[in-house]
Amino acid sequence: MNLAPEALIYELSSPGRQGAALPVCDVPATPVPAGLARIELGLPEVDELSVVRHFTRLSQKNYSIDTHFYPLGSCTMKYNPKVNEVAAGLHGWRDTHPLVGEDFSQGAIELIWKLQEALREIGGFKAVSLQPAAGAHGELAGVFMIRAWHLSRGDSGRTKILIPDSAHGTNPASCTMAGLTALTIPSDAEGGVDMAALKAALDKSVAGIMITNPNTLGLFDRNIEEIARLVHEAGGLVYGDGANMNALTGIFKPGEAGIDVMHFNLHKTFSTPHGGGGPGAGMVGCSAELADFLPGPVAVMRGSKYGLATPAKTIGRMKSFYGNFGVLVRAYTYVRMLGASGMRRLAENAVLNANYLKVLVEKAYKVKYPRRCMHEFVAMGDIAEGVHTLDVAKRLIDYGFHPPTIYFPLIVPEALMIEPTETEDKDTLDGFAEVLLKIAEEARTNAQLLHDAPTTTPVGRLDEVGAARNPVLCYRG
Amino acid sequence: MNIDKNARYRTSHEYARKEGAEVVAGISDHAQDSLGDIVFVELPELGKSFKQGEAFGVVESVKAASDLYMPMSGKITAVNGDLQGDPSLVNKDCYGKGWMIRFSPTNAGEWDGLMDAAAYEKEAGKE
Amino acid sequence: MPFIANSDADRRAMLERIGVGSIEELFADIPAKRRFPSLNIGEPLSELEVMREIESMAAKNVTASTCAWFLGAGAYNHFVPAVVGAIASRGEFLTAYTPYQPEVSQGTLQAIFEYQSMAAALLGMEVVNASHYDGATALAEAVLMAYNNSSGRHRVLLPAALHPEYKEVIATYFAAFEVDIAEYSGEPQAAGADASTCCVVASYPDFDGEIRDLKAGADAAHAAGALFVVHADPIMCALLKSPGELGADIVAAEGQSLGNAMNFGGPFLGMLGATSKLVRKMPGRIVGQAKDAQGRRGFVLTLSAREQHIRREKAVSNICSNQGLVMLQTCVYLALMGKTGLKTVAELCWNKSHYAASRIATVPGFAVRTKSFFKEFTVATPIPAAEICAKLTKRCIVPGLPMSRYDPKRSHELLVCVTETCTKGQIDLLVESLKEAAK
Repeated sequence: MNLAPEALIYELSSPGRQGAALPVCDVPATPVPAGLARIELGLPEVDELSVVRHFTRLSQKNYSIDTHFYPLGSCTMKYNPKVNEVAAGLHGWRDTHPLVGEDFSQGAIELIWKLQEALREIGGFKAVSLQPAAGAHGELAGVFMIRAWHLSRGDSGRTKILIPDSAHGTNPASCTMAGLTALTIPSDAEGGVDMAALKAALDKSVAGIMITNPNTLGLFDRNIEEIARLVHEAGGLVYGDGANMNALTGIFKPGEAGIDVMHFNLHKTFSTPHGGGGPGAGMVGCSAELADFLPGPVAVMRGSKYGLATPAKTIGRMKSFYGNFGVLVRAYTYVRMLGASGMRRLAENAVLNANYLKVLVEKAYKVKYPRRCMHEFVAMGDIAEGVHTLDVAKRLIDYGFHPPTIYFPLIVPEALMIEPTETEDKDTLDGFAEVLLKIAEEARTNAQLLHDAPTTTPVGRLDEVGAARNPVLCYRG
Repeated sequence: MNIDKNARYRTSHEYARKEGAEVVAGISDHAQDSLGDIVFVELPELGKSFKQGEAFGVVESVKAASDLYMPMSGKITAVNGDLQGDPSLVNKDCYGKGWMIRFSPTNAGEWDGLMDAAAYEKEAGKE
Repeated sequence: MPFIANSDADRRAMLERIGVGSIEELFADIPAKRRFPSLNIGEPLSELEVMREIESMAAKNVTASTCAWFLGAGAYNHFVPAVVGAIASRGEFLTAYTPYQPEVSQGTLQAIFEYQSMAAALLGMEVVNASHYDGATALAEAVLMAYNNSSGRHRVLLPAALHPEYKEVIATYFAAFEVDIAEYSGEPQAAGADASTCCVVASYPDFDGEIRDLKAGADAAHAAGALFVVHADPIMCALLKSPGELGADIVAAEGQSLGNAMNFGGPFLGMLGATSKLVRKMPGRIVGQAKDAQGRRGFVLTLSAREQHIRREKAVSNICSNQGLVMLQTCVYLALMGKTGLKTVAELCWNKSHYAASRIATVPGFAVRTKSFFKEFTVATPIPAAEICAKLTKRCIVPGLPMSRYDPKRSHELLVCVTETCTKGQIDLLVESLKEAAK
């Protein structure tokens, strides 16, 4: 890690320096009318080498999958194969335009179609759309579809969506954006949906349920088919949040178990890089009943040619053009390399790694629901008097590990959500478990080490309260 | 837990205290403590009327945000402008310099439905 | 299998430690009849085989790297310096996630802060967030932000000449709200803002390429108590007055043109900026400056209480990710181009497009419709524009967008875009080819 302070790009600026060579104008100049012209442009002036060094040094202040074990629960930080980048970087993709016409983009539409087909098969759906740009975006599309389906049947009284209390915050937020009210359903003692509470909540005002399975506790809800049956019986639809599909590829097809509409996060399960926060891609798949409502356009086959079409009762466009195409190329590359047997093997190893790690650490870190987990598990970080999850997380950094997700899900106090993924080997897991146990020991014998952590990073714990009270959101020269 | 004996309380942890014909409201010491360092308080416009239980504003810490509910129905006559510059006043002195709104109640009878200090202390102690 | 680490021996040892006899036992919670379905997606392939397949598909597309390119309409062919890709492909940036742990994410956080700073300067805004999916969703969120910020105002005024796909996205986002989305033609000051209007949206320039008078539009919107929301071409902002300078309250922009490839329409970059008064109503991630206990400067995600992971159903938006890597590319691009470089790019666009327009105007049967433009303008054509495009694209000249793509009535109009990547020779070739095509 690069510990030296790094100046801001503006602080590296010096008048007259230039970082890019541009062609000399080869046509006669046209003056810009004075009333339109901009006078001052507040961008820095830096030469190319300084720009390269600046951003290279900044990169060295990050933990990343390529450099560190990154067991961030619910984010599926698996290895992002390098071949994905080469595939997505081909000129044939990068330099082609979304509006050049179907005849001139047959290759791009073919790839979309083939990926649609593969994801449809993996999820057990009748139709899919690759338009949404991220998981939350796919979720929003799915909730819009549920709303539109009810309205198309003249049923305008269904305004509520049931959401288990373990759900991601995006679930209720998506409902609000779709004009629906989120109603929280508690979890039962086993960490699944409380069936009695579900039954009590189901009535004619319920548009559907949003369910993450395995849920954010890393537990597969054994009642999934019964939940779907009850919701359907009450006239509602079942939305599947596919954030945790990494546990299920080749193991279970949600579309065959009563899930009506669902998104996949291609940046989680399908290995596309997280890029420091994005771009993602959020395929949405559905049953035959909902296929006409998918966001469009989607790729179709017309004889021997590929084309783009808008589903008949579409909820509309979620973004311009056809989804995050560059991300789709990466996902397609991955699907082809793994194939059917690889898909199953990935989920097997994701679940194996999580259960193995859980067994190694659960004596020192309580696991609230001590069932067999799927691809992740939620432990608790209150391992000694006065020690909190945050302290454990920060101490892990000093040992060279990216911390797990902390304080989520909200229903587990002091949550430490650990997702190793299938791309880590046994040795890495052993090393990580050893450090977690060592930290538990430190917590009992010298807790100050935890409170002071991290000490091996460019900055220590930052004053987030001060940052929010007096926000500085831009460089102030 | 610090409790203003002269105030009355809602279960959502707002307090109300009579000052002349008007009522001053804010959040209890228990509430500011569980929210942690407060970084922002959003308060209503002057002259706006709210029903009892309606949200009149929002209080934010780094990790949480919470709606503020009217302890009684009323019309806003003053808001604490100092909180814009220094929201930590709510942490330091929630019943004094960290007050939030002043309103003239439109249904004085609602006062009797609020918890008194002893009842609130018992209620908040359960959490 | 290269991406799945454990060997069979590892698996056996791990199963033993867990205390189960087989992998299958780990999946006992899954309904038995649904467990281990067959997957009809083919068997694993080697890198060599997969790349062969993907290269052959990619080769079927017409690309700007091999053609004279005059097609824009929301996705632009601009020069991307080598440094941008070199930095963005570093694994430390590429394979990190959202900077939830600031001590080990200062690279990403400082880059976001620098992006926010440079983007704010460019758009003339006080605050820019860490980005949205694309220009269309950024604009939809901007309108939502204006709507949520105004109580009791239910009218949104959109320019008729807004990008048609942006209009569709706004319609999707507002499907569930009681809002009256109306369109106006021409200048934004004549949009008809009144006491029921929450915002007037202007496009700078509009879909036809026309540059509208933002100052007058902002004044009229403000006089009616409405917010003024602008969708801007960010490269144009380097040469012409920024939307902020002209009175915009919220600015959305498509940042693809700033250092990012066209990628068949995505991933792009939704830029969103606002005045500091509106910052707490802003969706999306925002990075702020902070200090540690030793007084060292660092950066953190801040004002998070606006967001879905805290406020859940009351959040200002459901957005969770940002376009991290695309934003980074734009950050590097802006740093590299800097004050003079970006202005030069904008001047090249301006000069070349005006040269192209003046030449096309001399071709019999063709007329330039757009009066005041930056890099894109509308041309009336003597024969259907779609025919011209089909004919010329086969010869590796992509002349623009036939307006009939979105509006069948506009069959004889072509939207031509000229950027710094077009040479005089290519422009002259386009002019000659148009002449020939219309014969």
